[in-house]
Amino acid sequence: MSAATDLTALSIADAAKGLDGSDFSAEELTQAHINAMEQARDLNAFITETPELALERARASDKRRAKGEAVGALDGIPIAIKDLFCTKDVLTTAGSHILDGFKPPYESTVSANLKAAGAVMLGKTNLDEFAMGSSNMSSYYGPVKNPWRGKDGKDLVPGGSSGGSAAAVAARLCLGATGTDTGGSIRQPAAFSGLVGMKPTYGRCSRWGIVAFASSLDQAGPLTRSVEDAAIMLGGMAGYDAKDSTSAQMETPDFTSGLGDGVKGLKVGIPKEYTMDGMAPEIQALWDQGVQWLKDAGAACIDVSLPNTKYALPTYYIVAPAEASSNLARYDGVRYGLRVEGETLDGMYEATRGEGFGEEVTRRVLIGTYVLSAGYYDAYYIKAQQVRTLIAEDFRKAFDEVDVLLTPTAPSAAFAIGDKMDDPVAMYLNDVFTVPASLAGLPAISVPAGLDGDGLPLGLHLIAKPFDEVTLFRAASALESAAKFEAAP
Amino acid sequence: MTYLISGESGDWEVVIGLEIHAQIISQSKLFSGSATGFGAGPNTQVSLVDAAMPGMLPVVNGYCVAQAVKTGLGLKAQINKHSVFERKNYFYADLPQGYQISQYAEPIVGEGTVVLDMPDGGTRSIGIERLHMEQDAGKSMHDQDPKRTFIDLNRSGVALMEIVSKPDLRSPEEAGLYLRKVRSILRYLGTCDGNMEEGSMRADVNVSVRPFGSDELRTRTETKNVNSVRFVMQAIEAEARRQVEAYDDGEEIVQETRLFDADKNQTRPMRAKEFAHDYRYFPDPDLLPLVLSDAEIDAIAQELPELPDDRKDRFIADFSLSAYDAGVLVAERETAEYFEKAALGHDAKLAANWVTGNLFGALNKAGLGISESPVTAEALGALLGLIGNDTISGRIAKDVFDEMVETGKGAAEIVADKGLEQITDTGEIEAEIDKIIAANPDQVNDFQGGNEKAIGWFVGQVMKVTGGKANPKVVNELLRKKLG
Repeated sequence: MSAATDLTALSIADAAKGLDGSDFSAEELTQAHINAMEQARDLNAFITETPELALERARASDKRRAKGEAVGALDGIPIAIKDLFCTKDVLTTAGSHILDGFKPPYESTVSANLKAAGAVMLGKTNLDEFAMGSSNMSSYYGPVKNPWRGKDGKDLVPGGSSGGSAAAVAARLCLGATGTDTGGSIRQPAAFSGLVGMKPTYGRCSRWGIVAFASSLDQAGPLTRSVEDAAIMLGGMAGYDAKDSTSAQMETPDFTSGLGDGVKGLKVGIPKEYTMDGMAPEIQALWDQGVQWLKDAGAACIDVSLPNTKYALPTYYIVAPAEASSNLARYDGVRYGLRVEGETLDGMYEATRGEGFGEEVTRRVLIGTYVLSAGYYDAYYIKAQQVRTLIAEDFRKAFDEVDVLLTPTAPSAAFAIGDKMDDPVAMYLNDVFTVPASLAGLPAISVPAGLDGDGLPLGLHLIAKPFDEVTLFRAASALESAAKFEAAP
Repeated sequence: MTYLISGESGDWEVVIGLEIHAQIISQSKLFSGSATGFGAGPNTQVSLVDAAMPGMLPVVNGYCVAQAVKTGLGLKAQINKHSVFERKNYFYADLPQGYQISQYAEPIVGEGTVVLDMPDGGTRSIGIERLHMEQDAGKSMHDQDPKRTFIDLNRSGVALMEIVSKPDLRSPEEAGLYLRKVRSILRYLGTCDGNMEEGSMRADVNVSVRPFGSDELRTRTETKNVNSVRFVMQAIEAEARRQVEAYDDGEEIVQETRLFDADKNQTRPMRAKEFAHDYRYFPDPDLLPLVLSDAEIDAIAQELPELPDDRKDRFIADFSLSAYDAGVLVAERETAEYFEKAALGHDAKLAANWVTGNLFGALNKAGLGISESPVTAEALGALLGLIGNDTISGRIAKDVFDEMVETGKGAAEIVADKGLEQITDTGEIEAEIDKIIAANPDQVNDFQGGNEKAIGWFVGQVMKVTGGKANPKVVNELLRKKLG
């Protein structure tokens, strides 16, 4: 193994130690990842690579460290940024044709926070168009290949929408990556790629500068190769931001503070409604195994009921498209991105949006427009909001009894590129376990926990109380220790 | 008094409601920090939020909220402690977000009342249905280029209040009075400058008609963006007439949006019903519900200035002014303040007469507003002082005032320069009277024969020889004594 390969195999925590101990420089660490990124282009994980910018930031980090002014555990750590975060003067596409050539004159709060924490951006990762999808197949910039392969050797999807971020972290092209999660877009690709993927409480990370999909659901979070790395990286992303009215005005805790505490005495809820008809036996088996691991570690596992779970997916597919249909109205060809000329203003709108949006985005804009229309609004949107309240209430009641909930992350392992493309509902079912926590705004994490019969990774999913990420990471860490997931693509 | 339109089938009554769009006075926009000044170069007051760049988020401007609450309190309206911003979705080139952030189901202000002073001295109460906040769109400029439309986003995101009346108005005149009264209240409050020419205030006019005596509400039309009080009154008249004629012809009125063409003095449909937008309102997920505490509302209430109705009552009580004079004086905040300054230490009724008479006359003639008056309130006060202490007569004062308007000089200076002080020396006046009596025996006989009015002739003669400077009171007394 070459030295460069060694560097890309590190965790963020170990890389930080190596930098602090001058075992290697941030520039060397970054160069190793740039090399890896360039060699793995066939994965199509990145839409834009920014190697020069990365080296510049890495050298600046080395200078800070030399002067004893390193700003924390992320200083000098090479990461990737999902191409949904606006990055100053760097092409930002949201995976869509309609944002052709768009270089924002501003930096999203989350990516700015990471930059301020010394993290080194390697590039912008591929994603489902406007983060709408569970396979990364809807990207204008093409599908991403999962670095994991099944026994039959077929190319697999990395999951979505943060598919490029997941592939990049799994393939050791970066030490961590940002994702965004609206209904499972961090956690499902993490499960498909053998990674830790974490969605914090709604309001923990600022949404300012993140291209909006569904405003009441969108949250940024990290994809990493360990629970500790996720906690470290979230620390560099989170924080109150006055520019986002839905940002939570509270202190950011040290998310790593509970990692070594174990789960002795912790109460873990097992929601019975997550046992779905026709669920793959190996998913059920993994879930049972997870319960056993936590019990063995001293946690009390308690059956709980979340009676409205079955309504979560349909509710999500009303609320999210409704908000998206309005959020995407600004892509009209007037001020930035793609413009396709037309004879009239309406003609220009039709041509621009018709050409600029892909099939899945178009489908969701249509669904969203429909459910908000006069005569349908009460039956769909209002009803969905009412059900959303009931779902949140289910969780609130469950958390009177337990500290965290344990469920599977996704109903299957990664599937082949091209599968489920003719069946949107089958595709939407990927989110069935992740969507309820999204609707309730709760923090949740996927931890790699085992392999399926084809040797593909599977994840277990933990959900915690609002703003109790410390307990979430603590339980996730115990799960991680028990699962001893060491497989790599 | 009732305003009726006579049609072929009988008399028709008009039912009118106004939606007033008023720009909130604020340094910055409703959801961004951009400036709001009028007349800046195109696209120079546009933030990333106003241009709806990807990932940008609105943050509500607390000052604009306070201004809306203040307005609600001024309209004696209920303040809703919980209100919600919603998105009104439609596509237009000067609407960058593709939606306007407005309030819909839950506005910040609920029902209130505006009292109109009617010309007959009575009052009429007009109900306010609601007041909500919303952001303005940008401006499309179609006249800059033969083929292209240019967009100016300076107005994009500017804070507006929409004040919706109940359908309580019954004539163009009432609608005009209502619009003026609301404008006056907003100006007193300092929440909108009410400048209709610059577009900081405009009205949508809802009109329907019904047979006189009926209490049904028939289909109404909405005439949009009428930008002067006069046009509002004309638009109502034209639209009501059109509706009566339509009913008389057996036609139906369709609910539609119309525009007023002032040149033709008629309304015309803006867009047919089939093009009517479905705005797909829903709560803006980027913004939390707007929650106000009692303490916040109370703090704003503490800052409320005296409003026109209260000031009118005070003028009547403290200065013994007529309801009419008081109403005229308080209609504009500047006029009321001018009057109070001018009247300070002087006869208030006299001051009221001078302000509504000579001053208004001079300003009208010069085409000036009261804030541009060549005679300041203090200067007019000084003139009133000279009248009050008998230095000059009322008649002379009018000449002095004209001179003040013309030259900007002070009253005392003009009086001194021209020697206009009143003659109150009885000896001097007595000598003149004696001469006149001696020279006019016929008039003396006339008066003494019982023609009381003849005294006026003598007064006139005395004034003539003294150049108007004789104190009229002294002249009268002496004449009566001498003529017996």
